[in-house]
Amino acid sequence: MNRAANFLGWLGRGFLGMTGRLGDAASLSASSLGLVAAPPWQGRHIVIQIFNIGVGSVAIIALTGAFTGMVLALQGYYTLSKFGSESLLGAGVALSIIRELGPVLGAMMLTARAGSAITAEIGIMRVTEQVDALEMMAVNPRARIIMPRIIAATLSLPLLVAMFDLIGIGAGYLVGVDLLGVNPGAFIAEMQAKVTSHDINTGWIKGVGFGFLVGVICTYIGYRATPTTEGVGRATTQAVVLSSVGVLVLDYILTSFFL
Amino acid sequence: MKAPLVSKPGAASVSSMIRCANLCKKYGDVAALDGVNLHVRKGQTTVIMGGSGSGKTTLLRLIAGLEKPTSGEIEFAGEDFVHIPRKRLYELREMMGMVFQYSALLNSLNVYDNVAFPLHEHTDLDEDVIRTIVTMKLEQVGLRGMERLMPSELSGGMAKRVALARAIAMDPAIVFYDEPTSGLDPISAGVITTLIHDLSTKSHRTSVVVTHDVQAGLSIADHVVLLWQGRVIAEGGPEDIRHSEDERVRQFIEGRPDGPIPFSRSTTSYLDDLLSHPGTVRMRP
Repeated sequence: MNRAANFLGWLGRGFLGMTGRLGDAASLSASSLGLVAAPPWQGRHIVIQIFNIGVGSVAIIALTGAFTGMVLALQGYYTLSKFGSESLLGAGVALSIIRELGPVLGAMMLTARAGSAITAEIGIMRVTEQVDALEMMAVNPRARIIMPRIIAATLSLPLLVAMFDLIGIGAGYLVGVDLLGVNPGAFIAEMQAKVTSHDINTGWIKGVGFGFLVGVICTYIGYRATPTTEGVGRATTQAVVLSSVGVLVLDYILTSFFL
Repeated sequence: MKAPLVSKPGAASVSSMIRCANLCKKYGDVAALDGVNLHVRKGQTTVIMGGSGSGKTTLLRLIAGLEKPTSGEIEFAGEDFVHIPRKRLYELREMMGMVFQYSALLNSLNVYDNVAFPLHEHTDLDEDVIRTIVTMKLEQVGLRGMERLMPSELSGGMAKRVALARAIAMDPAIVFYDEPTSGLDPISAGVITTLIHDLSTKSHRTSVVVTHDVQAGLSIADHVVLLWQGRVIAEGGPEDIRHSEDERVRQFIEGRPDGPIPFSRSTTSYLDDLLSHPGTVRMRP
């Protein structure tokens, strides 16, 4: 009886803590994003963050995209050749990448490369009192630190995903056509016939959603990190784990919504 | 119409800059401050002293507006500072400077850009004018010529001096110092103490210094406030504190490890604690 009560208590406390943090994250992000139109205009800082978060992730996204496309072509060819439908390879590769793998893997790579850096950077700014220093110099840290990073992640990811898709399909073409001998006309024609604008919309909407989610999670956890070296380390791990899981959960929700 | 900022402190003025009444701050169940009254006079150097955990940094953060009190009142230049709207708080902040314990330089910017930061943010001055101001401020702290160094290339003492130059870049009416000499070698600490003294007296600037460095604190203070366990236990001019007969004050300024402020923070009996773990401590027959 006592054990059950303890367990329920533990569960309740955990739930309350979680909802509290969710509410805190929502209010911090909303109040930060609300400052986008408030003077002084932070355009320069948004551009700097797009460079850090977006441009900085180009190489890793290109590499991931290329290998994803190549593996998909290999696996797809293996499966399709069992049914004698190798000509569908182009459509298979393109649909998998555009609808699913581009946004999800792109978001994972953004989390690993830029998200962890966002959390660590903001956490260290807390430890070294730089956030308080901005506050004392009458510069709102939400407008200067949080808002530009959320906007930059939201704008960057759909563009990175588009690049991932192009490179992935190109790499799939190289493996499928040049290596495995699929007919190039069939590869392109099937892709054009099967991929609709709805698929492409699904892809970029996921990109926007995942970018926003990664931005919100990584800035929030960094901003609320315990201001110690240990706290920042823990926050960085937590940000990467929560962003990755969050992207997968949101992916399911968006996919079921758009199917 | 922008509300006027308070006037820059005049030479002979000793009117009030900050007034706190019955200030309490709790973190969870722990009271960091418990009914503190404080009066910071315009143009004077007020030194808040106390041991670690006495609540002095919390007090500084409250009067700088970085945190809100659990209860009590803070008045800054005649305005209610507890319920102040953020916009007005930021207007008032343009006349405040703060030197943080770990300097808090923005580590993506070099020395020049750090000192120029408040000027870039809040003024429309030409870069030439800003350059002149930065040069003057760096000359004041003895670091002219170091403009291009990054914060990571500075020693602790130099970083503190840059932080000082940044804090006075906007010619603030009041400067807050959080442990300005902690972690510095004696020479650097002496330099910083002298700079604080000069910056306060020469321009009749109001200063609030939080420190546990007794000699440095008493040497620059016009008014000393001694905190212990979140309460003010003594207050007055540096001479009053030096000659205080309060045993707690004597213990603090003489640096004695034990006295009315006990060495041990334990609340339970040592013997009981040892005997309550029979597996780890055995009494020999």
